Amino acid sequence: MYRRMVQIRHFEEHAAEAYAQAKVGGFLHLYIGEEAVAVGAIAAVREEDHVLGHYRDHGYALAKGCDPKACMAELFGRETGLCHGRGGSMHLAEAARHYWGGYAIVGSHIPIGAGMAYAMQYLEQPEVVLDFFGDGATGNGIFHEGLNMAALWNLPVVFICENNLYGMGATLAEESPVRDMIIKAEGYTMPSVQCDGMDVLSVYEAVQKAAAHCRSGQGPYFVEALTYRFRGHSMADPELYRDKDEVTRWKALDPIPKFGEFCVEHRISSEQELAQVKEEVEAEMLEAVRFADQSPWPDPATVDQWIYAKPIDPEAIATGPDQLSSVEG
Amino acid sequence: MAEITYVEAIRSAMEQEMRRDDRVLLMGEDVGPKGGVFGATAGLFAEFGEERVIDSPLAEAAIVGVAIGCALAGLRPVAEIQFLDFIPPAMDQIISEAAKIRYRSNNDWSCPLVIRAPCGGGVHVHGALYHSQSLEALFAHVPGLKVVIPSTPSDAKGLLLAAIRDPDPVCFFEHKALYRSLREEVPEEEYLVPIGKGRVAREGRDLTCITYGATVHEVLAAAERLAQDGIQVEVVDLRTVRPLDRELIVSSARKTGKVLVAHEANLAVGVGAEVAAIVAEECFQQLDGPVMRIGGPEIPAIPFAESLAEVYCLGPDKIEAKLRELAAY
Repeated sequence: MYRRMVQIRHFEEHAAEAYAQAKVGGFLHLYIGEEAVAVGAIAAVREEDHVLGHYRDHGYALAKGCDPKACMAELFGRETGLCHGRGGSMHLAEAARHYWGGYAIVGSHIPIGAGMAYAMQYLEQPEVVLDFFGDGATGNGIFHEGLNMAALWNLPVVFICENNLYGMGATLAEESPVRDMIIKAEGYTMPSVQCDGMDVLSVYEAVQKAAAHCRSGQGPYFVEALTYRFRGHSMADPELYRDKDEVTRWKALDPIPKFGEFCVEHRISSEQELAQVKEEVEAEMLEAVRFADQSPWPDPATVDQWIYAKPIDPEAIATGPDQLSSVEG
Repeated sequence: MAEITYVEAIRSAMEQEMRRDDRVLLMGEDVGPKGGVFGATAGLFAEFGEERVIDSPLAEAAIVGVAIGCALAGLRPVAEIQFLDFIPPAMDQIISEAAKIRYRSNNDWSCPLVIRAPCGGGVHVHGALYHSQSLEALFAHVPGLKVVIPSTPSDAKGLLLAAIRDPDPVCFFEHKALYRSLREEVPEEEYLVPIGKGRVAREGRDLTCITYGATVHEVLAAAERLAQDGIQVEVVDLRTVRPLDRELIVSSARKTGKVLVAHEANLAVGVGAEVAAIVAEECFQQLDGPVMRIGGPEIPAIPFAESLAEVYCLGPDKIEAKLRELAAY
């Protein structure tokens, strides 16, 4: 988990640098400060469990084991990117790893995660779904529709709310009448727990318990991780809405050194080993940037590929249940 | 072959496909024991149970969102929106998510989803502002979606079977005036009508009227009147408004040299505009008159009072007058 958090941190520091050099265009939303949430939650479940996240999505992809080179190349918009340069920073995804993507429309993936959970229940498959979103999404109607259906149908989905105190530039007080997001889950009789999103073990324990609850057929669970993003909403954010002291206070809670100290204290790793991890990860990320930078752009002739599966062909669909990219894939 | 109505044809398609493929699920408001507000799912709950015929909360966005999640996980969901007028809350799910899934992932995932909805109005068959609209152009504008609007019971069955087996999201709009007014012999066995292929509903040499949905029958009635005066109208039923059957549009337009496009929806920026543009681009040399259009007036929906609704609706008289205007060129 330490390595994963360092991976995300270093990946994003390099991404920010590439953005400043105009090698990464568009919008870039950094997860720095929140790494413990994605890493703790995803480490607490099985590899085959499904994950959906929002637009601040680099952390989920890396925590799910997606190749940092392919992720970086996607940010650079290259053919070797995770989505072949179609999506960019906010839309990383890889079906084979059961990482179903970052979604840029706030809250839109909440019912989609519930739907995947419906399919798991219907197919009697043991997987659960982790559906990540921020405090900002809880003011959106689709959040409530999704929770309502998940609770009604007892679906195996863990809703993970990353409460980082801001919905873009709006403070929690400006966007929500309640400060604790778990209160919103109570309306749907959904069991819930708050955890320390700056502590990877706290998140791990909360999600482990939540996933076990889902897997045993007891329905959805709501986890609220109290966290903080150290950077602005996006690279273009001057952060006029929060004061520097607050940022400094939260930075003192940085989840990476915190967990590093824990590992040393409990003799899980030595300081040397942790330093070694950082070095290895840094080399890996330098290689990811080099790979992305040297990768080819997508061929303009492919711009209209894969809008549909294939041209209309009645013969092809006339015979038996056809193959499609299913969860077994 | 049994003679059945349009709504029975739709019901029969879903029943056959659910027997054939246990990945097919239905969800929507009152689709369960009640059998749907128009009876399209009558009896299916009794045969397939609550796991496969799912009564949902009154929440269109999440109905579609959950269906998308099921589709991503390998199922074949058919979501019913009780009236097409209720679909705007689900537009985000349909346009932002379903339509983009294959493209955003460069064919890594697919979204085999059908969204069924009753559309349209008429002097005696509509419920005014929010139970009468023809919104197909909103969806036909979106690459990644297919939009099907059958005009006969046999097409309804064959197209719905094709839609359920299609690997991409299909919007399937059913004119409620047709549900019980039409009855014809429909094969009991399964068969597919290809999506994207129109048909010639009546052959003619003098002018072409391109139309779809319930309007097909009004055009056929008008064409019959012109035939008594020796004017032969070719009636083209598009059946699918995205993708359009360009080949059929062009071949019929070239054959007759005169084209009228007719639909119930209002004209501005509508399906008729697209068809007219295709004719203008492809058949300029063969045209003997202006490409004409007839459709609903530029008002937001069908008003309730009969005197006002009559202004909105087309009917054979208005179509006949327009056809005679075109024939005079």
